[in-house]
Amino acid sequence: MIQTLAFYLFAGLVIASAVMVIMSRNPVHSVLWLILAFFNAAGLMVLVGAEFIAMLLVIVYVGAVAVLFLFVVMMLDIDFAAMRAGFIKNFPLGIAVALILLAELILGLGAYNAGGLELATADGSAAQGVDQSNIEAIGVLLYGRYIFLFEVAGIILLVAMIGAIVLTFQPPKPGARGRQDIGKQIARRPHEATVMKNPETGQGVEL
Amino acid sequence: MIGIEHYLVVGAILFVLGVLGIFLNRKNVIVILMAIELILLAVNINLVAFSHFMNDLVGQVFAMLVLTVAAAEAAIGLAILVIYFRGRGTIAVDDVNRMKG
Repeated sequence: MIQTLAFYLFAGLVIASAVMVIMSRNPVHSVLWLILAFFNAAGLMVLVGAEFIAMLLVIVYVGAVAVLFLFVVMMLDIDFAAMRAGFIKNFPLGIAVALILLAELILGLGAYNAGGLELATADGSAAQGVDQSNIEAIGVLLYGRYIFLFEVAGIILLVAMIGAIVLTFQPPKPGARGRQDIGKQIARRPHEATVMKNPETGQGVEL
Repeated sequence: MIGIEHYLVVGAILFVLGVLGIFLNRKNVIVILMAIELILLAVNINLVAFSHFMNDLVGQVFAMLVLTVAAAEAAIGLAILVIYFRGRGTIAVDDVNRMKG
C-alpha cells in the first residue's frame, strides 16, 4: 500500500515537473524543475531497488549537469522573452506529434502485455543475489563482465571533458594585464635587476 | 500493486514530454538540451524498470552508460552553446546557418 502511494507520488511529481520544465517562461525555473524531476525519478528507482542508479542520478544530474545548466543560463545574457516567440505557433504541431507518439508507445505497451511478442528473458546469470546489496551486485557485474564497457564510458567522459575545455578555452592575450610572460621571467638575470650601492653615512643614494 | 506497466507508462509520458519540449521551444537551445535530458531520463526509467522486473542487473549497467553519455552530451552541448553565443551574441537556433555553404 505504501509502495503504491509512493509510486503515484513520485510518478505524478516527475511528470508535473517535466511539464513545468518545458512550459516555464524562465530557463532558470526550468532548470530548477528539472532538478525536482530528477529527484523524483531517483525516488522511482529506489522503489524498485536500484539504489545505485538512483544515487548516481542525484549525484551526476543534480550535482553536475543541473549546476552546469544553471551556470550557462546565468552566464549568457539573453533576452528570453524573445525566445518564446514561436511558442504558440508551434503548439498545435507539437501537441499533435506528442499525442501520436504517446498513442504509439501505449499501443506498443498494450501489445507487449497481450503477449504478442516474446521478449528474450533473462537467463538469470546477471540476477542480483538474495544476500547481495544492489551496489555490490552492480560492482561485481561492472568490474567483471562489463569492464570494457565501463572503460569506454570513462573514455567518453574524458573526450567530453577535453572537448569542452578545447571549445571554450580562450588563449590569453600576450600584453594583457596580470599575465605572466614566463620566458621573460626566466631570462631575467640578477645583474640586470639589482645594483650594489655602498652609501656614505648621512648621504642619500642616487639611483 | 505496481507492475512494470506503470513504470513503462511513466517512461512513455516523460519521453513524449521531452519531444514536445523540443517542438515548443524551438528557439531556445538551453530548453532543448533540457528536453533531451528528460528523454534520456525516460530511457533510464525504462531500463531500470525492466532490470527489476526481469531480475537482471544488466539493465542498470546500461542505465549507467546512458547516464554517462547524457552527461558528456550536456557538457559538449553547453560548450558549443557558449562559443556560439560568444561569436553571435544570441542563441536563437532558427537562424543558425553560418555553416551553410
